[in-house]
Amino acid sequence: MDIPRNWRLRDQRYRLQGTRCASCGAHHFPPRPVCPRCRGRHVEPYRFTGRGRVYSYTVVYQAPEGFEQYVPYVVALVDLEEGVRVTAQLTDVDPEEVAIGMPVEMVLRKLGEEGERGLILYGYKFRPRIGDPKGEAESD
Amino acid sequence: MSIMIPLREIGIVGYGAYIPRYRLAAEAISRLWRGGQDQHILPVREKSVPGPDEDTVTMAVEAAQNALRRAGLSPEVIRAVWVGSESHPYAVKPTGTLVAQALGIAPATLAADLEFACKAGSEAMQAAIALVGSGMADYALAVGMDTAQGRPGDALEYTAAAGGAAYVIGPAEGAVAVLEATYSYVTDTPDFFRRAHQRYPEHANRFTGEPAYFHHIVNAARGLMDALGLTPADFAGAVFHQPNLKFPRKVARELGFTPEQIRAGLLVGEVGNTYAGSSLLGFSALLDEAWPGDRLLLVSFGSGAGSDAMSFIVTERIEAARDRAPRTHAYVTRRAPVDYATYARWRQKFTV
Repeated sequence: MDIPRNWRLRDQRYRLQGTRCASCGAHHFPPRPVCPRCRGRHVEPYRFTGRGRVYSYTVVYQAPEGFEQYVPYVVALVDLEEGVRVTAQLTDVDPEEVAIGMPVEMVLRKLGEEGERGLILYGYKFRPRIGDPKGEAESD
Repeated sequence: MSIMIPLREIGIVGYGAYIPRYRLAAEAISRLWRGGQDQHILPVREKSVPGPDEDTVTMAVEAAQNALRRAGLSPEVIRAVWVGSESHPYAVKPTGTLVAQALGIAPATLAADLEFACKAGSEAMQAAIALVGSGMADYALAVGMDTAQGRPGDALEYTAAAGGAAYVIGPAEGAVAVLEATYSYVTDTPDFFRRAHQRYPEHANRFTGEPAYFHHIVNAARGLMDALGLTPADFAGAVFHQPNLKFPRKVARELGFTPEQIRAGLLVGEVGNTYAGSSLLGFSALLDEAWPGDRLLLVSFGSGAGSDAMSFIVTERIEAARDRAPRTHAYVTRRAPVDYATYARWRQKFTV
C-alpha cells in the first residue's frame, strides 16, 4: 500500500497536470520545480489539453501483476500537442486498430486495484478521439 | 402547493452524456440462458457494457467534463458535486471528491454521493436546483451514472447497462433550459432492492410495474402538470425512466403523450437501462435535438420507490452550446459488440 504516493500524484494522474515555464514557455510532464530547458524557477501548474498522437506503441500479452484482467492492452508513447511525450495505456481500442500517428485524447480510467480491500487507482489513459477520429479538426 | 419553485430563476447551463463503447446483444443472453425461447419478446436490442477499466467515477468525470464544456465555465466556480448512483466504486469513500478532484473543481465545493436506485441522479439535480435556486451558490454539478449489476440469467441481465449524464445548474441568464418547477412523489414500495454486501439486486417481477414504475411516474407527472396548468400537448418532448422499451412507451400513452414526443429521448433499445443515468441520459439526447422555446418534461423513477418530475423551457443558448461537446448520439453510435464470454470476464462474473 502506497497511499501517500498515490495521494501526492493525484492531479498529475487524474488530469494530466504538469508545469509550464513562465520564462521560456516550455511545458513539462511530469511537473518540474525547475525548467530543464532554461533553468528558470518560475514554473506554474499547467493542465495539458490531453490531445495528441501516437508516436509508437506495443501490445502487452504478458502483464505484470495487477494488470492481468486488462490483457491484451496497448501501451503507447503519445506526443501531446504541447510538445511533450508521455507513456500511457490506450483504451477503448482493439490492438489491431492502433496506428502510429493516430489522434488520441486523454481520458480518466481505472489503473488497477490494490487487492479486494485496498485503494482503487485512477489515472490518465488515451483513446481514439470521439467525434473527430481522424484528427481533421486539428490546427497543426 | 406541493410543487417546488426556486427563489430565483435558474436552469441547466451545461449538460453532457457518457456511454461506454461496448455492447452486448440481448439475443446473446437469451441464447445462453433461455435457449433463445424468448428471442421475440426481448426488452431491448442491446445494452452498453463498461470496459474493464471503467466505473461510475470515470464515466461521471467524462459526462461532467462535457457538461462543463457546454456551460463554458471554469471548474473552480462549481460549488457542489453530487453523484447519484447505485454502483459507487467504494462502499465508504465518496465518488464526489474524486470527480471534483479530477475535474479541477476541488477544494472549495460541496461533494457527496446520493443513492435512490434509479432516482439518485434526478435527486442530485433536485439538490443542485435547491442550492442554486436559493442563491447560496451560482453553479452546482449533478450526475446520474451507473454500471448496473445483473445476476447472470436473471431478467434484469438483459437490460442492466452502463452510462449516464451530468448537468450543471446555474442562473437562468446563462441557461440552455430554464426550470419552471419540479414535483417529487415517493412511497415505501419494495419493488427492487439490494442488501449490503450482496453483488446483485432482487426484484419483485411483475410488482415492479403497476404499483412501482407506473404509479410513481404517473402521479409525479400529473402532479406537476396539474399544478402548472399544463397538458401533454404543451410539451415538445418528454423523457420517462427507461428500464426497457415497453414501460416508457406505455406510461407515455397512459399520460397522453405521443410516440413522437418521446422519440428523441428513448435510448433504451440501443443502450439498455443505465439506472441512475437512464432518464438523465435520455434528457441529454432530447436537449441535443431541442429548439428554443420548446417545453420539455423529465420524469425519473427509482425503485423503493419514487419519481422526480421537472419541466424546462429551452432557450436560444442551446444552439451554441450543444456542439461544444460530443452529442449523446456520438456515444450511442460509438459501438463495439462484445460476446457473452468477454462481458462475463470484464464484469468479473467468473470465480477464479
